[in-house]
Amino acid sequence: MLSRLCLAVALLVLPLSAMAQVERPLVVGMALEPPHLDPTAGAAAAIDEVLYDNVFQGLTQIAADGTVQPQLATGWEVADDGMSWTFTLREGVTFHDGKPFDASVAKFALDRFRAAGAENAQPQLFAAIDSVEAVDPTTLKITLSRPDANLPYSLGWGDAVMVHPDSADGNKQAPVGTGPFMFEDWRRGDRVILTRYDGYWGEPARVPRVEFAFVSDPGTALASLLAGDVNAYPNFPAPEQVPVLEANESFTVEIGTTEGEVILAINSARAPFDKLEVRQAISAAINRDVLIAGAMYGAGTPIGSHMPPHNPAYIDLTGVNGYDPDRARALLADAGVTNLSLTITLPPPAYARRSGELIAAQLRQVGIDVSLKPVEWAEWLSSAFKGKDYDLTIVAHTEPNDIGIYGRPDYYFHVANARLDEVLAKLGTEADPDARIGLLQEAQKLIADDAVNAFLFVLPKIGVWDARLTGFWHDSPIQANDVTHVEWKE
Amino acid sequence: MGALTRLAQLLGTLLVASAIVFVAMSVLPGDAAQLRLGMNAEPEAVAALRAEMGLDKPVPERFVRWLGGVATGDFGMSGTYDVPVVELMAERAEVSVPLALLALALSVGVALPMGLLAAIRRGRLPDRLVQTAAQVGLSIPALWLGLLFIYTFAVYLRWAPSGGFPGWQAGLWPGLGALALPAIALAIPQASILTRIVRTAVTEAMDEDYVALARAKGRREAGAVIVHALPNAWAPILTIVGMQFGFLVAGAIVIETVFNLPGLGRLLFQAVAQRDVTLVQGICLVVVATVVVVNALCDAIAAWTNPRQRSAA
Repeated sequence: MLSRLCLAVALLVLPLSAMAQVERPLVVGMALEPPHLDPTAGAAAAIDEVLYDNVFQGLTQIAADGTVQPQLATGWEVADDGMSWTFTLREGVTFHDGKPFDASVAKFALDRFRAAGAENAQPQLFAAIDSVEAVDPTTLKITLSRPDANLPYSLGWGDAVMVHPDSADGNKQAPVGTGPFMFEDWRRGDRVILTRYDGYWGEPARVPRVEFAFVSDPGTALASLLAGDVNAYPNFPAPEQVPVLEANESFTVEIGTTEGEVILAINSARAPFDKLEVRQAISAAINRDVLIAGAMYGAGTPIGSHMPPHNPAYIDLTGVNGYDPDRARALLADAGVTNLSLTITLPPPAYARRSGELIAAQLRQVGIDVSLKPVEWAEWLSSAFKGKDYDLTIVAHTEPNDIGIYGRPDYYFHVANARLDEVLAKLGTEADPDARIGLLQEAQKLIADDAVNAFLFVLPKIGVWDARLTGFWHDSPIQANDVTHVEWKE
Repeated sequence: MGALTRLAQLLGTLLVASAIVFVAMSVLPGDAAQLRLGMNAEPEAVAALRAEMGLDKPVPERFVRWLGGVATGDFGMSGTYDVPVVELMAERAEVSVPLALLALALSVGVALPMGLLAAIRRGRLPDRLVQTAAQVGLSIPALWLGLLFIYTFAVYLRWAPSGGFPGWQAGLWPGLGALALPAIALAIPQASILTRIVRTAVTEAMDEDYVALARAKGRREAGAVIVHALPNAWAPILTIVGMQFGFLVAGAIVIETVFNLPGLGRLLFQAVAQRDVTLVQGICLVVVATVVVVNALCDAIAAWTNPRQRSAA
């Protein structure tokens, strides 16, 4: 009887002790270092990956499942005509320097990043905002120049986080936000160190300190995990090493999805890519499964249009222009294109370079002569992206919900399609969720049917961490490493 | 050669080197402002940033402006980090300079005795062993050596960190501990080259009459080599050490990447990728100046230690 009692007590106590939270600092590895620490003034994903949710917070937040959640705004209402939004702000919020947050601060922050000539990297998110007004300390009214159903989502981006007038100019070097972690130190070239902010308005962070360590070499990244110098890589840079880590019980490996659609962009301003058959032929020549196996070591999900599978509006269009080399040859013949020779421009990321090699081989199978042109990022941005000087190029579009780029007439791959423009325009103002899904699905179909680009796969989020850690995001609906819920067990 | 001529030569070298780097960076495709603002930037925002960074001015004007700044000690602001270039370089030099000195000391410390031993025991087993070791040391790429070290000493034995740098504020030993493996990895190829040079230089000196005379006077072989042959072999050895300093700086880019050290080499690499012209210019200028000064110093020491060279100069 006694022994049974002991056992019962032990069974009750054991899980509790095993679950006990431990106060131990956390070292998170990242492949790239941010150039500075102000998310409202730069395009580098690494800025958000350190600061989003951890140090800086927005009126709204994009949560781990990709939905929009209240953050510094507790709620919002849209006027019947869709032309203005009223946000109710949270009370008792302070910045890390003790300064209070209220509607006047929110107005300052919104006006700052959307000002003409501001260094904000996502101006299109706020294009519909006409004016911002602080009605009272907890009420913020945003007036639009046209209805924008996406506003709460747009305000959840890192480019829209709340900054204080007194500290805004210094955020590049010493960020001051309202989040559960405050900035402590940036040892440039090595790591950014954050510590728990005791004055935080919400649930406190569960680790006392986080260090974001920048490890650029994939071989070194693996070694740093094995040696225990780094506890977690939310985005492990070497997919080829994943089997080694999966076989090791000390680590948890979680492969999730991201918003990064890897596409083979087609320059349809150039002949013969202006012909639908040629674009269809290029798509049909590509075997996505081989590509994912060869370039990504099996991690990655095939796509047939510009949307990731975790999106509620996603439809599987991989069958449209699916792998069929015979059809590809026939399409080229129909288009009257013989001896097609082209160049694939490849930016530096490993997914692009590796995919490029494989796609070149696959295109050669259908009689296309391919040469590869590896370029640096800066060169890719100015010549291929901005200068539109390319035939084909491989790149991941990592912005969430970015199907709207297919409606931009001057975009680097655009194909004119009046119906698509109409659908996308409607999407900008449609607020009803079901109607939105219908429009998004029609847009995906139109893009796939038009073979605007060859859609390859969605970049995986390869998360690897110490098995005693919990609370990391599984998927990556935005580019962030939110560690506010990460904790040590044992 | 007079000190003034030397100085003029040094300044000339620096001027030519920075002009070459400036022009090279300007003809490289890629726009720093576009890179900073990314794929969704409005053209107006890119243009505004270009103007703010001075990128809209013609290359010669930018170069002259930069040169004027440097003359007054102002190396400009880094375009990507928004921090004075001098500040960034000073932070990184705290890692790179000790690393280079450590590697150089290790390289000379190993190569000198090994080379001497090989020269004294010319053709015999010790010589052959040293020569083989030098050949192996030369053949291993620094990248692979670095990874091998990390897996052996950091992952398996856990004697040293796998990379990164704790900063000198963490103390002398943690700092040196973080630099030990990279310094050894950097020193091995250098030590291998230097061993061969020492062996050859000493061997040649040993064939000179005055060593034969010393031997004839009954000096033991080792004594004859160290007292008579080595001083005369200094000149070529020092020249090579000076030249190696340049290779050390270049090799540091690879080693700093493998060991994840926040040094000048990695900073330069990032700066080129980011099209951060002022930063690239600053680092190149400092590196070129260091190499030129170290070479001049080595020549001077060689001349000073060797009476025959001194009279010739």
